[in-house]
Amino acid sequence: MTDVLHPVHVGDAAHDDHAEHHGPTGILKWLTSTDHKVIGLSYTVTAVVMLVIGGLFAEIIRGQLASANGTLVSFAQYNELFTMHGSVMIYLFAGPFAFGALANIIVPIQIGAPDMAFPRLNALSYWLYLTGSITMLSGFFTAGGAANFGWVGYAPLSNSLNAPGAGADLWIGGLLLTGFSAIFTGVNLTATIFYLRAPGMTMFRMPIFTWNLLVTAILILLAFPVLTAGLIMLYADRHFGTHIFTVAGGGVPVLWQHIFWFWGHPEVYILALPFFGMVTEIIAVFSRKPVFGYKGMIFATLSIAALSLGVWAHHMFTTGVVLLPFFSIMSLLIAVPTGIKMFNWIGTMWRGQIWFSTAMLMAVGFVFTFLVGGITGIYLASPPLDFFTHDTYFVVAHFHSVVMALVLAGMAGLYYWGPKITGYLLNETLGKIQFWFLFIGTQVFTFPMYILGLQGMPRRMAVYPNDPQWVHLNQIASLGAVLIGVSTLLFVVNLIYSWKKYPAGDNPWDAHTLEWFTTSPPPHHNFYRLPQIRSERPTWDHNHPEHRALHHGEHETTHA
Amino acid sequence: MKVEAKMLLALGTFFGIMCAVYWNWSLENAGGVMMFAGMLLCFLPGLYYYWWSRRMPTRPEDNPQATREEGAGVVGAFPGTSIWPFVLGMGAFTIVLSLVFGIWLLVPGLGLAAWAFLGGTSEGRRGGQH
Repeated sequence: MTDVLHPVHVGDAAHDDHAEHHGPTGILKWLTSTDHKVIGLSYTVTAVVMLVIGGLFAEIIRGQLASANGTLVSFAQYNELFTMHGSVMIYLFAGPFAFGALANIIVPIQIGAPDMAFPRLNALSYWLYLTGSITMLSGFFTAGGAANFGWVGYAPLSNSLNAPGAGADLWIGGLLLTGFSAIFTGVNLTATIFYLRAPGMTMFRMPIFTWNLLVTAILILLAFPVLTAGLIMLYADRHFGTHIFTVAGGGVPVLWQHIFWFWGHPEVYILALPFFGMVTEIIAVFSRKPVFGYKGMIFATLSIAALSLGVWAHHMFTTGVVLLPFFSIMSLLIAVPTGIKMFNWIGTMWRGQIWFSTAMLMAVGFVFTFLVGGITGIYLASPPLDFFTHDTYFVVAHFHSVVMALVLAGMAGLYYWGPKITGYLLNETLGKIQFWFLFIGTQVFTFPMYILGLQGMPRRMAVYPNDPQWVHLNQIASLGAVLIGVSTLLFVVNLIYSWKKYPAGDNPWDAHTLEWFTTSPPPHHNFYRLPQIRSERPTWDHNHPEHRALHHGEHETTHA
Repeated sequence: MKVEAKMLLALGTFFGIMCAVYWNWSLENAGGVMMFAGMLLCFLPGLYYYWWSRRMPTRPEDNPQATREEGAGVVGAFPGTSIWPFVLGMGAFTIVLSLVFGIWLLVPGLGLAAWAFLGGTSEGRRGGQH
């Protein structure tokens, strides 16, 4: 344990110790580091590997569906593939990438903190995430194969009669580990944001990304313990002879759905809010303007979090045992704060001097794709429409629009913050080619599925009726999946091509927030010095003293 | 500290109202209990922060006019490196594998976890490596 001093003076000799941090190197550094930047980078690399694994599963699924009676995989393999595709993408990629990877690296620097509040707990979170991922994926190497009951693990499909074998247990075990990893990260982020801010960094001066991560952390603490409890009940049903989710012993199968979705719907916002934060930062920086409606943005985020605890059963409309009007009203209400965010993103771009860098293109692509996903979500919040489209490809298309928007936002985040983490920029031309493949691929991939869903094609089926139009639409969707795969490949090519080629400097984007005040990559405890914080854009204020910080609602012209 | 407290209390109040409406209208217990617990989870830290925010002087990070010098001093004690999170992680991994491959794996799993608890605690007490 070392006492860490606050960076007060410029070039203070006392802080040179931090810069020359003599820690272990190589594999020992990876195993023992408690530095949030090293842990965050481990998270980033692991999450991107999971994205590639989950993406490969998706390509196989789309290959199978490219013809009506596909023979690429057997029915049993298909069940494992769609289960593990969903599980890997939701549990092992999107969540950890959102609140483990970039959040871990950026949030402490954005508020002027030397590290996360609990560095060793942070390291433990990463190890639980990595071992949880290995646990879940190792199901493929067991005799019975991996879990095959869908990523939602509905009872009674997931009980010991319908899903015997180690694969299902490994799925439960992997989720227990990654669940605790998420809970610890939630505790860590909350404590860091509450207690380690720099002087003058009041709550209403924190960057939107940090705000969104705070709200995400609170949602994690509300939701994940419920999932963990549900998983323990499921395990007990499978092995200890309890009958919590089985009708035979007086249990209630639909209770699993209540528990799962009470976690599952907040989880949607746990995934989405960090990416909303990234996009907000990026749009403001590349529009050369402050965020439009800063406080409105924060209240919208808090409203989404508040409402998200009361919408879970809109996944269960067709069970016939839930209160339809309540969940319909609450789900529709979420469109209001989300709409506020949409208008604020557009308002931030409005009359700005927009710089279409790769990060900005990805962010604008996110806004479009998320709008498609969001609007179709409003349809699904209406029970009569949901009865018609439940468990069809319409739902699949809806949430793929949403999550592919998040992938676009995540890529925007990597292009924007990557230079801060590594010290080197990525190639912009390759980045823009990657953007067009990803953006067009996403639309080509999702739009046929909307039509298929409205025509009644059910999800999770390895074969479908040999109708020429259905085959055609499925082939277009498969083409979209190939384009998305090419874009991911282009990202890897860009990483290799740009390796240590374009030095970034401290602030390549002339950005607003504190992480751009320090060096790229930042020193061991992040800062040698801090600027005086007088607004939510401290780095901008320091670099552009001619545009002094204005209070909210104040205009430059009113003060001569 | 006041903003943090008010945010949690506001969330808790909203969950409380939502819980009352839902439970009385639907008479479904699982969701009602979970929403009620969500409310408690917001009130518990929220009330604690509120209680403290009225008893402590304004912190530099809560003062919009704070200067950098007000934050001078020790921020906290941070470990440079530590192997114990890795050991504890491997312990948790082994414990979870015991759920699948056999209860005997609990022995090495709990052993690793206990070793990590002892190691981590004593590292915190005596001060670890730089």
